[in-house]
Amino acid sequence: MTALLFLLAIPAAGGVLLAFFGHRPAAGFANVAVTLATFAAGVGLALEVFANGSLFSPGRMFYVDAFNVYLLALTAFVGFTTALFSQRYMAHEYARGKLGPRAMRLYHSMYQGFLFAMLLALSTNNLGVLWVAMEFATLSTVLLVSLYRTPEAVEAGWKYFILCGVGIAQALFGTVLVYFAGHRVLPEGQDALLWSELYGMASQLDPTVMLLAFVFIIVGYGTKVGLVPLHNWLPDAHSEGPTPMSAVLSGLLLNVALYAVVRIKMLVDPSQGTALAGHIMMGFGLLSFLVAGLFIHRQRDIKRMFSYSSIEHMGLMTFAFGLGGPLATFGALLHMTVHSLTKSALFVATGHAAQIAGTQNIEKIRGLIRTQPAVGWSLLLGTVAISGFPPFGVFVSEFLLLTATMQQQPWFTVALLVGLVVAFAGLFRHIQPMVYGEAPANQNPIAVNTLPITIHLFLVLLLGVAIPPMLTQWFDQATWLITGQRLL
Amino acid sequence: MTLNQLSLDQQAVLMLAAMVLFTAFAMLAQRNLFTIISIFAWQGLLLALTTVLVANISDQSHLYFSALLTAALKAFFIPWLLRRLVAQLGLTREAEPAFNITVILLIAAALVVFSYYIVLPVEALATDLTRNTIAVGLAVLLLGMLMLITRRKAINQVIGFMTMENGLFFTAVAATYGMPMVVELGIAFDVLVAAVLFGVFFFHIRSSIDSLDVDRLNRLSEEEK
Repeated sequence: MTALLFLLAIPAAGGVLLAFFGHRPAAGFANVAVTLATFAAGVGLALEVFANGSLFSPGRMFYVDAFNVYLLALTAFVGFTTALFSQRYMAHEYARGKLGPRAMRLYHSMYQGFLFAMLLALSTNNLGVLWVAMEFATLSTVLLVSLYRTPEAVEAGWKYFILCGVGIAQALFGTVLVYFAGHRVLPEGQDALLWSELYGMASQLDPTVMLLAFVFIIVGYGTKVGLVPLHNWLPDAHSEGPTPMSAVLSGLLLNVALYAVVRIKMLVDPSQGTALAGHIMMGFGLLSFLVAGLFIHRQRDIKRMFSYSSIEHMGLMTFAFGLGGPLATFGALLHMTVHSLTKSALFVATGHAAQIAGTQNIEKIRGLIRTQPAVGWSLLLGTVAISGFPPFGVFVSEFLLLTATMQQQPWFTVALLVGLVVAFAGLFRHIQPMVYGEAPANQNPIAVNTLPITIHLFLVLLLGVAIPPMLTQWFDQATWLITGQRLL
Repeated sequence: MTLNQLSLDQQAVLMLAAMVLFTAFAMLAQRNLFTIISIFAWQGLLLALTTVLVANISDQSHLYFSALLTAALKAFFIPWLLRRLVAQLGLTREAEPAFNITVILLIAAALVVFSYYIVLPVEALATDLTRNTIAVGLAVLLLGMLMLITRRKAINQVIGFMTMENGLFFTAVAATYGMPMVVELGIAFDVLVAAVLFGVFFFHIRSSIDSLDVDRLNRLSEEEK
C-alpha cells in the first residue's frame, strides 16, 4: 500500500514544486526525475499486487486489482519516457522563443498534475472520485492545449474545454444514477459509490436505472475516449498542443477513459442479464473505427493524422470490450498496451520530424531519412507497427481480436478487415513521401532523444514476438476479472 | 400518490424544483448578459435552499455544509467573477445577437417532456418526489446544453455549462441526498477551477480573435480552405 501512496504523492508534490521552479533550465530534468520516481513506485505496486492479489486501502477508498494495476504501471511508464522526450523538445521550443518562462512553468506543473489525475482515476475505488479525477485531467491539460496562444491553439483549447466539459457532465449524471441505484441495495451512505461494493451486489441493482446510467456514462466518458460522433475535440487538441502533450493524451488519457467505461460495464452487465451494454459499445466502437480510418486519408497535418489513427484504435478496443468473452477481452487489454506504447513513440517521432521541417504540414515534411535517419526510420517503423504488421505487438492483438470476432460475430470481421486496410492505406500514403525522397535544401538535423522511441518500439516488438509469461498471466488475471473466465 | 400525501417539506422541494426549472427557461429567454448572470445567481441560491430543505428532511448534516458551499460558490463567487469579467472586457452593452427565442423556448419545452418520458418507466423511482426531481434535474441539464449550443458569446456558453452543472447538483441532492462528502468537495473544487480557467480563456480568446464571439473560432476544420 505504501507504493500506492508514493505513486500518488510523488506527481502531486512534483506538480506543486514545478509550479515554482518549472521555468529553470533544469526543470526538464526535474520532470524526468519525478516521473522516474513515479514509475519506480508503479513497478513496486505492480509487484506487490502480483504477489498478494488485489489490494484495498484502509477505508476502501482505493482498490487495486490486476486490471488497473497494469494500466497504472503503463501510465507511469509512458509518463516517464515522454518526460525524457519532453526535456529535449521543450528546450528546443524555448530556445526558438516559441514559449516564455511562464508557459514553461505552467507546462511542467500541469504535466505532473495530469499524471496525478490519471493515476488517481485508475486507482480509486470510488466512482465519484473517478469522475473528479477525469474532470481534473481535462482541466489540467486545457491550458496546455492552448499553450502556444495562436488563434488555432486557443480555438482548440476552447473546443476541448467545452466539449469534454459537456461530455463529462453527462458522465456525472450517470454516476448520480448509479449512486441512486446503489443506494437501494447498499443503504450505508458512502458504500453505494464504491465500485467493489457495487460489484458484489451488481445483480440486485435496478436494471432500468443502471441501463439509463450506462447510456449517460458511455456518452460522457466516450467523449473522452474520442468515440465518433463525440470526437471533434480530439484532433484539434492533439494537433495544436505541444507534442509531448499529444503523446500522453493519446497514449494515456484515452485509455483511462475507456477503463472507466469498462468498469461501469462490469456493473451494468450482471444487473441487466443481457448483452445490451456490450452491443452499445460495439456500435460506437465500430462506427469510430470505420469513420476515423476514412478521415486519415484527408488529413494535411501530421499530428491530426495520427490522432485520427488513435480514434480508430480506441474504436477497435471499445468494440472488443463490447464483444466480451475472454479472447476479445484479452486482445483488447493487449491492444491497449501496444497502442499506448506505439502511439506515444509515434508522437515523439512526429514531434522531432515537425521540428526538423519547421512545420506540421504533411506536404512540407520531406526526405526525413536523408536529413536525419534516426527520426525518419523511427517514424516509418512506428507507422509499420501501428498499422498492424508482424512482427510487432499490434499485429498479435489485432489478430486475436479478429479471431474473437470470427468466433462470436462472423459478419463483423469483414467490416474490421476493410477498416484496417483503409487505415493502413491512409497512413502509408502520407508517410512514404515524408520519409523517403529528396530533402528540402536547408533542412538540418536537430538534437533528438531517440531513447523513448527505441524502448517503446522494442517493447512492442517483444510483445509481438514473445509475451513474457508474467505479463501473460497478468492479462489473463485481468481477463478473468472482467469476464469471469480465464483464457489460458 | 397525490401531492397532498407528501409532507410539507417535500412539497416545498417540488416547488423549488419548479423554480429551478423556471430559472433555466428564463436564462434561455434573455439576451442581456447582466440579467442572465443575475438569473444564474438566483438559480444557485435556489439550489442552496433545496439543499437546506433536503438536509432537514433527511437528517444528513453534511448537506448543510454542502448548502453553504453551493451558496458561496454558485450564488456569489461565480456570478461575481463573471460580472467582473464582463466589466473588465467591456461587454456591458453587448447583447446576444438576434436569435429566435420562441423556437428555442419551444425546443426547451420539448426537452422537458423528453426528460419526463425518459424517467417515467424507471420503476425504482416509486415516489412522485424522486421521479419529479430526477426529471427536473435532467431537464435543467439538457436546457443548459441547449443554451451552450445556441449561444455565440463565450460568456453565455460558460453560463450554459454551469447551468448543466446545477442540474446535476440538483439531481444529486434531491434524489440521493447528495453525494458523499469527499466527492462533493472534489466536484466543488473542479467547478471552481473551471470557473477560473474560463476567465483566463476569455482573455486568450479576445486577444486572439479580438472578440468573444465564438462563431469566429472556426479555423480548425476538416474542410479545405
